[in-house]
Amino acid sequence: MTEVPTELTRKLSAAVEKMPAFPKSVQRILEITRDINCQPKELVSVIEKDPVMTMKLLRILNSAYYNFPKQITSVNQSVVYLGLNTVKNMALSFAAIGVLPPHNTAGFEVQRYLMHSLTTASIARMLCQKFGGDDTDPADCYIAGLLHDFGKIVFAQFMPEEFQRALAQSHERGTSLHLAEQNVIGADHSLVGAMLVEKWQFPKLLTDTIRNHHGNIPADDVLLSCLFAANQVSKRLKLGDSGNHFVEELPPALMEYFGGDLDDVIVRLGDLTRMVDEAQVFARGG
Amino acid sequence: MKIKFWGVRGSLPSPGPSTVRYGGNTTCIEVRTDNNDLIILDGGTGIFALAQTLLREMPISAHIFNTHSHWDHIQGLPFFIPIFIPGNKIKLYSSFDPVSGEGPERIMNVQMQYSYFPVREAEMKSRIEYLVAMPNESMEAHGATVTPVLLNHPVINLGYRIDCNGKSAFFTGDHEPHTNIYDPGDDGYAEYQSLIEEQRQSIVDALRGVDVLIADCAYTKEEYPAKKGWGHGTFDTSIELALAVGARVLYCTHHEPTRSDDDLEKVFAEALARHADAVDKLDIRLAREGDEIVF
Repeated sequence: MTEVPTELTRKLSAAVEKMPAFPKSVQRILEITRDINCQPKELVSVIEKDPVMTMKLLRILNSAYYNFPKQITSVNQSVVYLGLNTVKNMALSFAAIGVLPPHNTAGFEVQRYLMHSLTTASIARMLCQKFGGDDTDPADCYIAGLLHDFGKIVFAQFMPEEFQRALAQSHERGTSLHLAEQNVIGADHSLVGAMLVEKWQFPKLLTDTIRNHHGNIPADDVLLSCLFAANQVSKRLKLGDSGNHFVEELPPALMEYFGGDLDDVIVRLGDLTRMVDEAQVFARGG
Repeated sequence: MKIKFWGVRGSLPSPGPSTVRYGGNTTCIEVRTDNNDLIILDGGTGIFALAQTLLREMPISAHIFNTHSHWDHIQGLPFFIPIFIPGNKIKLYSSFDPVSGEGPERIMNVQMQYSYFPVREAEMKSRIEYLVAMPNESMEAHGATVTPVLLNHPVINLGYRIDCNGKSAFFTGDHEPHTNIYDPGDDGYAEYQSLIEEQRQSIVDALRGVDVLIADCAYTKEEYPAKKGWGHGTFDTSIELALAVGARVLYCTHHEPTRSDDDLEKVFAEALARHADAVDKLDIRLAREGDEIVF
């Protein structure tokens, strides 16, 4: 499956516009913005922990209305271009939609999904800082980690019955979730996520990384390599849950790149306690 | 090219004996190309007096470029008489607002509502067209090229560069030079600083070689720390910008509404004294309602 039906693209793209954000970020945005002197960096740190808010912000910034000299891939860039007050009011408009319900009919746990996305994002950034060289921006690795499974939260919200069947099938047959999604829905979350960000004119680099995070990983693609390894580390350490318990070992080329297997990578990452605690506080919500 | 100031006051109209020399109307600048074609920058209260002079030129064709949608830059537009008279052609340009998801039409629709204004937007009799201005995307207006440049303010603000027959002018609208939201010890400081530098450089590149720079100088250097983040520049930041882009003339505008004419001249003289070496390269003036420059 390499194509997503156009009708599905259109339907999901329209749906995401009305999609509520995560409970903790909505609550924090409402709190922070009550103070006219709110700390800009605090506002950024809330938005960049929420895949829905980040996705919506970048969707608007990369739209044809702004024609920025380069495509926008971070919340900080958004603040430099649009100014703090505009980003603040955009975040408020996202918050006004409400919050993602913690339980959905798909049986997909929103808080654990967020925990997985946040830890994958932070680990991908750490891997890039340690192994990535100068050509890849650690901030891009963070965004790729945060948004790599966005297709799943879209499925859970807008195609809950189909997604529930895919989750059950993956569990029963012992296959990876994306294969079950292909069987049941006709497209997996990586394709749907990539299709959405492509439609919203996100940078090709990010689109390709989301699309290929379950495919073959060439070691010379630093962004994809860091995301792939971070995704596996997050699952191996059971930091949250994105519905897929399959931990894939690093392919030989990536073992060479990172100088060892997944367990060696975990050792080289050092103490993750602080990062995990921070993600936990945010993901827990309310 | 001819430039005439119809409003130089920031934030709020400030009529009265202490502002009579520099004027109390909010922002409006008339630009005439060498063919006497009309371009208007912002529709603050100053546009009302400009409108009176246009009545003898009817029908008119005007391109109005709005830098941003704060009141002091739009509040004269419903009083721009030519919009009500059939035969006039008006094009209103502004950025797309990412919060409301609307373009320039919102500037008129919001102001011309029953509670605030007796005439509805739909009742304007001229031919008015709304066009979204996009950063760095040049547009043709009466043979002049107008290029919007994204600046920094609490709402999206586009400065406009006008090039015509080898002459050029740039108006900032409201602009505060970017500042880092992180503290020097923070993780994000260096990344943010490099984004700011990049943006600053792109602004300088876009303004390079401009003949006349009209820039937001709302505050003095001393006042600025208490007003950081409010979206305005100082005399000093604008002088530095003018020097960086190699402008010939700098007009300081967006005068603080509480500043009297005497105080304005005093703080202006102090700023000039701080930049004594700039005066050789750059002609620095206070924008004054009614003043015009032909070049």
